[in-house]
Amino acid sequence: MSKRNIFLGVIFAAMVLCLPPFLKNYGVYMFSTWLIYVIATMGLNLTVGYAGQKSLGHAAFFGIGAYTVAIMMKAGISWWLGLPTAVVLCFVLGLVLGFPALRVQTIYLAFATLGFNTAVFLVMRNEEWLTGGTFGLNGIPRPAIFGFDLKGQAGSVMHLFGVEFPLAKDLAFYYFVLAATAIATALLWGLLRSPWGKAFQALRDNPIRAESLGIDTRNYTLLSFAIGAVYAGVAGALFASLVDFIEPAPFAVGASIMMYLMVVVGGAGYFLGPLVGALIGMLIPEWIRDVAPSLANWYLPIFGATVVVMMVWLPDGLMSIPDRIRAKRDSRLASAKRAEATSEIAAIAAQSEGVAQ
Amino acid sequence: MQKRFVFKLAAVAALSIAAIAPVAAANQSPVKVAAIVELSGGGASSGTQFNNGLQLAIKEINAAGGILGRKIEVTTNDTTTQPSVALALTKKAIDQDVFAIFGPVFSGSINVSMKESQKAGIPNFTGGEAANITTQGNPYIFRTSFTQATAMPKAANYIKAAKIKNLAIIFVNNDFGKGGLDMMKKALAGSDTKIVSEISTDGGQIDFSAPVIKAKQSQADALFVYVNEDESARALKELRKQGWTKPVIGETTLTGQKVIDLAGEAANGAVGHVGLTADAPIPALLNYKVKYARAYGHETDHNGIKGYTGVYILKAAIEKVGKFDREAVTKAMHGIKIDATKNPGVLMNVGFDDKGDLDRESFLVEVKNGKQVVVSVLPPLNPDNVNVKVGQKSAKAGEKAPAKK
Amino acid sequence: MSRWGKSPLKRAKRLRLKSNQTGGELPSAPIPLPALGERVFVLGVLQMIDFLQLVFSGFATGSIYALAALGFTLLWQAAGTINFAQGEFVMLPAFIMLAFLSYGAPLPVAFVLTALVSTVVLGWAFKRAIVDPLFKYGMMQIVVASIGLSIVMKNAMRAGYSAEAHPFPSLFSDQLFSIAGVHISTNDVGTLVCALVVVFGVQAFLAKTVTGRAMQAVAQNTESATVLGINVPRMIFYTFAINAVLACVAAMLVTPVYLAKFDMGDSLGTKAFFAAIIGGFNNSRGALLGGLIVGVSENLAAAYMSPAYKDAVALVVFMIVILFRPQGLLGRKEERKV
Repeated sequence: MSKRNIFLGVIFAAMVLCLPPFLKNYGVYMFSTWLIYVIATMGLNLTVGYAGQKSLGHAAFFGIGAYTVAIMMKAGISWWLGLPTAVVLCFVLGLVLGFPALRVQTIYLAFATLGFNTAVFLVMRNEEWLTGGTFGLNGIPRPAIFGFDLKGQAGSVMHLFGVEFPLAKDLAFYYFVLAATAIATALLWGLLRSPWGKAFQALRDNPIRAESLGIDTRNYTLLSFAIGAVYAGVAGALFASLVDFIEPAPFAVGASIMMYLMVVVGGAGYFLGPLVGALIGMLIPEWIRDVAPSLANWYLPIFGATVVVMMVWLPDGLMSIPDRIRAKRDSRLASAKRAEATSEIAAIAAQSEGVAQ
Repeated sequence: MQKRFVFKLAAVAALSIAAIAPVAAANQSPVKVAAIVELSGGGASSGTQFNNGLQLAIKEINAAGGILGRKIEVTTNDTTTQPSVALALTKKAIDQDVFAIFGPVFSGSINVSMKESQKAGIPNFTGGEAANITTQGNPYIFRTSFTQATAMPKAANYIKAAKIKNLAIIFVNNDFGKGGLDMMKKALAGSDTKIVSEISTDGGQIDFSAPVIKAKQSQADALFVYVNEDESARALKELRKQGWTKPVIGETTLTGQKVIDLAGEAANGAVGHVGLTADAPIPALLNYKVKYARAYGHETDHNGIKGYTGVYILKAAIEKVGKFDREAVTKAMHGIKIDATKNPGVLMNVGFDDKGDLDRESFLVEVKNGKQVVVSVLPPLNPDNVNVKVGQKSAKAGEKAPAKK
Repeated sequence: MSRWGKSPLKRAKRLRLKSNQTGGELPSAPIPLPALGERVFVLGVLQMIDFLQLVFSGFATGSIYALAALGFTLLWQAAGTINFAQGEFVMLPAFIMLAFLSYGAPLPVAFVLTALVSTVVLGWAFKRAIVDPLFKYGMMQIVVASIGLSIVMKNAMRAGYSAEAHPFPSLFSDQLFSIAGVHISTNDVGTLVCALVVVFGVQAFLAKTVTGRAMQAVAQNTESATVLGINVPRMIFYTFAINAVLACVAAMLVTPVYLAKFDMGDSLGTKAFFAAIIGGFNNSRGALLGGLIVGVSENLAAAYMSPAYKDAVALVVFMIVILFRPQGLLGRKEERKV
């Protein structure tokens, strides 16, 4: 890790750690939501960006995680038991979703995952006895960690340099989400550095060749779905506690498509892609609503247009910009060198001609 | 590679603070309200009307000097018809320390966002009709429309009076539709009318041939249709196509002008109980209709009235209390009776109960020759609470109201 | 309340009574019960009529899905393009036609003008601006770009023009008639006939004319087609143009029922995908079959199973086809390239 990257990393850490206390309810809520979507899209990035699969049904796992935790908490079971249940459930269902990936290719796989998402959405919407149907589930409490309830109190205050800053109620939970994001990121980083990570990438680049090299593509395909699903499930569990109320709408196919777009815009296969993608998909629309409400109506068309334009000029996502700059610079250097070499050869040739004459 | 990202993040964070910070600065002169409405998504038509109505009211009030001398400043936010966005926008409004919140209109959204406004103690006016909005013990929620718990019994009275033995109900599978279905079942319980079929449909459903066939197969004597506007139009067209000649009864969403425009001939003969209609023979309402059309270039509907009257109701409550105290205004709202002659902006006499529900005259309409015709004016469920005589016409709107109720 | 809640006995009794009614009043004198055989027969016939009603309505709706699905499959075959914005491609001509109509043009004229505009915008511009630059990057980029395009079109229409539903005049007079108890409107019949004519027309064009055959050659093997001297880019452009016109036809047929609204493309697009996959992604007749299957199964599911799960039936058929016969019911198997 170069010195520059470490420095930037520290600045980023400082910002996510130290900025939120100065924000009010809304700002803290937005940051928390952003981080939750980062976790979810990291999972999708694994499935789509690193393993090269096609998943347009990611929001279904987001929803399954959320509903599992919500239902269990309404039944009085602690969040800390609900979380592993959600993880296991998402893992299993992710494996199940991986099976079509073994049989069908690319675009058909995308449609199959879309179908899965629709089916899950229908169950969430219709099975009122379990999920509350369209009325949803209300009043989901926050977990307690080490005896410290994350519900937060209104009116807490921070003193800094002799000035009093009112703290947003949701601040404690924000830090919890931040910690979860950090852990999830670290785990993913570790996974991608390991041989498994290389296997996933081999699967993406050329599955048949990978198989010929002895990589069990079956298992890795299934795993890529399962692990991605687990990330979405964890994000969903956090989401349920954050918004205190869940209903089927945020887990429909439209949400899956947005998540997919977030990954693609950020840069599929780039580690920090989801960070950028979720920023654009989540924070930017809120910021526009805040700063220029009359433009808020036009946010979605602009976002869509950005996606289209980006696909034409930057198909590998925003995180590919540094690579492109580097590639351009390298190619310029190379052609400069070539020009130099050509003129050298010409000079030598002229010389030898002169000698021959 | 992180550098680019960090710059972006810094920019966003800085701008977020810049956006939120000025709001924290005290701004004494105007009184702030937030409009949190559906301007896109499935609820766009209702939300836009509601928003237009309230903006019109605010413009009028400000032109006449404001409330107790202070002008109203409104920030408008689009919930995109998603409850989670409504929740976030409510948090934002709370951060901005608004005096009151108007909207969202859709029951699904208000049910979520009103919890936030309750925690912050901010009066929240909504046009949502689902019954459960006012049964959750939230003292800060006030409706500008009938709750289904009031509206359905009135519709049920009509059904019972028409001696309908077997009723089939087509409803939309969401908060609004299911709430209406439950209330109708409660209202008809123990009466001679039996509900022989409950047919669920989707929001945005296109093809109504199956629901209509189910209705026919149930051998019902009449059909109660409780779906949103666009779907009401499609249902009416399908009913006509399949030769349904029995009565079709509904509520505001069945007999609105928009539905009539979309369904054409198929809408004729439909009967509806409507809490608000722009076509009622009440001068104040007709006056409002003209003003709206002049301001926005299209026709208003009941959602516009909900938004318009909401602001004037708030004004009346503040004037009654005499100062801008949220708690006092909230308490005053419970049990308030607003006389339309003194407060023409509310268009009709209205009274509020301790749950935040209002009571008011309503109307029975029938669609004849492509227009909504008021067949009769129904009294409030509890006339004493509203202080009105049955059939009383309200004063012409446009008269300046003295600032006292 | 279950349809079958009352026993067949009581039901037959009421049916018999109903067939005697004129003004909706029940006769007061008791009627003798019909014989068992008669009851069952009446029951069966009425069931049949309902069933046929649902099937016929399903055909009408399904034929529209088929039109959208057809354009979809053509684009896939000839240009390797998956167009997630297909629903919006129907929505836009609907609004353009409304605009022409508001200037006083009669419907057929509006249709022709719109078809011209669509060919330029949805055909040529779409191809040049989006598909051509992305073609070399692979299919998912095109998919994502088309998703972005659908978001743009939908929300720009909502923000820029109107969020409300608008009525749309029907090409056919809305007359109703019934054949043996099955209620049909001229609209349904007209839609079905139109859709069939168009689908078979396109089929014939592709199979019998020189241009059509050239387009097929391009779809099957672009390199060989170039070698044979076929103007490949132009053939591909024709495909986009045909898709644009098909979307216009679909718009004209479906909007009277769907009502012109910015989100009318959503459900239409989804059903079109399902229809295209079910029928066969690389076969034009498959689009028609798929569309009809989706339309009919929806109706039957809504009437005979839970209406809340009616989308699930098309979905289940779709999933089964994807898993066990991904090339669709009428499609050919595609090889995986290494």
